[in-house]
Amino acid sequence: MSALYDVPGPRARRRTMIGTIVAAVGLLAIAVVVVQRLAAQGQFTAEKWGPLFDPTDEAMPQVWSLLIGLGLRNTLSAASLAVVASLVLGTLIAVTRLVSAPWYRWLVVGVVELLRGLPVVVLIFFAARVLPEIGVELPGAGREVNTLFYLVIGLTLYNMVIIAEIIRAGVNSLPRGQAEAASAIGLTRWQGLRLILLPQAFRTMLPALISQLVVILKDTALGFIISYPELLRESQIIVQTTKNPLQMYFVVAVIFILINYSLGKLAEYVERRLSRARKVPAAAAPPDLVEAGRANAGN
Amino acid sequence: MDVLVENLGLYWRGVLTTLQISLYSGIGALVLGTIMAGFRVSPVPPLRAVGAGWVTAVRNTPLSVVLFMIAFGLPEIAINAPFFWFGVTGLALYTSAFVCEALRSGINSVSTGQAEAARAIGLTFGQTLGEVVLPQAFRTVVPPLGNVFIAMIKNSAIVGAVGVGGDLYSVGVQLTGSLGEAAIPVLIGVALGYLVLTIPAGLLLGYLERKVAIAR
Repeated sequence: MSALYDVPGPRARRRTMIGTIVAAVGLLAIAVVVVQRLAAQGQFTAEKWGPLFDPTDEAMPQVWSLLIGLGLRNTLSAASLAVVASLVLGTLIAVTRLVSAPWYRWLVVGVVELLRGLPVVVLIFFAARVLPEIGVELPGAGREVNTLFYLVIGLTLYNMVIIAEIIRAGVNSLPRGQAEAASAIGLTRWQGLRLILLPQAFRTMLPALISQLVVILKDTALGFIISYPELLRESQIIVQTTKNPLQMYFVVAVIFILINYSLGKLAEYVERRLSRARKVPAAAAPPDLVEAGRANAGN
Repeated sequence: MDVLVENLGLYWRGVLTTLQISLYSGIGALVLGTIMAGFRVSPVPPLRAVGAGWVTAVRNTPLSVVLFMIAFGLPEIAINAPFFWFGVTGLALYTSAFVCEALRSGINSVSTGQAEAARAIGLTFGQTLGEVVLPQAFRTVVPPLGNVFIAMIKNSAIVGAVGVGGDLYSVGVQLTGSLGEAAIPVLIGVALGYLVLTIPAGLLLGYLERKVAIAR
């Protein structure tokens, strides 16, 4: 129960009942109006939905092979490359920031703040414009592989600093005794981080890290700006022949929602398991890591 | 670097357009997000379901897909508007889901004992909400809500990428594309433009956070 209400008595229950009926009727009315509008504009015809869901439509196999076989596959490969690169570089940045001497820490902080302040779409666009200009290209690779390369670089530049911040927050949330004990048994700062602090930080921050995967996966849908053939770009191309943008983008949205919803559930599951397994007092860990991860996203 | 000086006017208009998109979307997102948060904490099950469904659907869809649905889908059902307003609507709808979650977690962070104590001393529902719960919820809401709005300023670049011209991102595309300028100096200009918006916003947020921080 939320802080707002008491356990309802008979009168409150009656009011809730009336509210339920009124709300249900109102929502139904809105739904009817929307459906009527869509129907009046011919949005439920076989012509619009056939290429997507009618097996007798000759376009359907081709549409789905472009959407899933090509688009979704490319989306997932860009996302997984970006995830791996962001995790590796993010950890490196976090460690550098934690062990660095003050005289060059400002440099790391500056880079982190700079990259965090830029829109990821700007980073992707300029990765694709600047890198060829200064001669960074995969030799012998086709255009498609090169756009993948630029997309992954753009995504990584942004997400590695977010992941670095998540990991740093994880290390800082550990009880001070952990670092002190590490140095007491003669480990250097770096050894202490590697053997004692980082493994624990990864564990605490696992839910936030999984939430960040959702953000990366969503951001791969920006590949269309550099014509990388990911899911959204493919659907954009298909729509040019099938002429059903509303239906097509709806299906694309559903595909993204299904994948991301599952990842979100996984993050919640991991968080529940960790909070059950942990014997450290709750005060040691930030209370709502999944939410914290999502909040910093906002995208 | 000459490209920066020569196109200062263009950059400036880009900053203003980005601000404009963000301002309109921010207002829309705040209104819709507050309504949805109200739905999510209401005792009426259908409204709660609508709020939860909205948040799940919108938060898991990429902003670019939301914008495509609106900008290329709505004209199909004979809803036409200038592209600018399609962009603002899409960004507002998208951001509202994050606003809703920030507000809801704020309300839920107030412990049940606070409201129980308020009722125990005889405060009405309105007083409980206005004098006890919301002032405490507000403090918890400031940091996440601020982050949502900073992220929204950055997301306005996607609105530009989908086809609303004139914002900072589009200025970058225009300069490196049709005007054929070298990418690196243009990038520096675009980056400075966004940092001019996001860094002060971050500092302001930090100040607000310290100001409303709960002293325990």
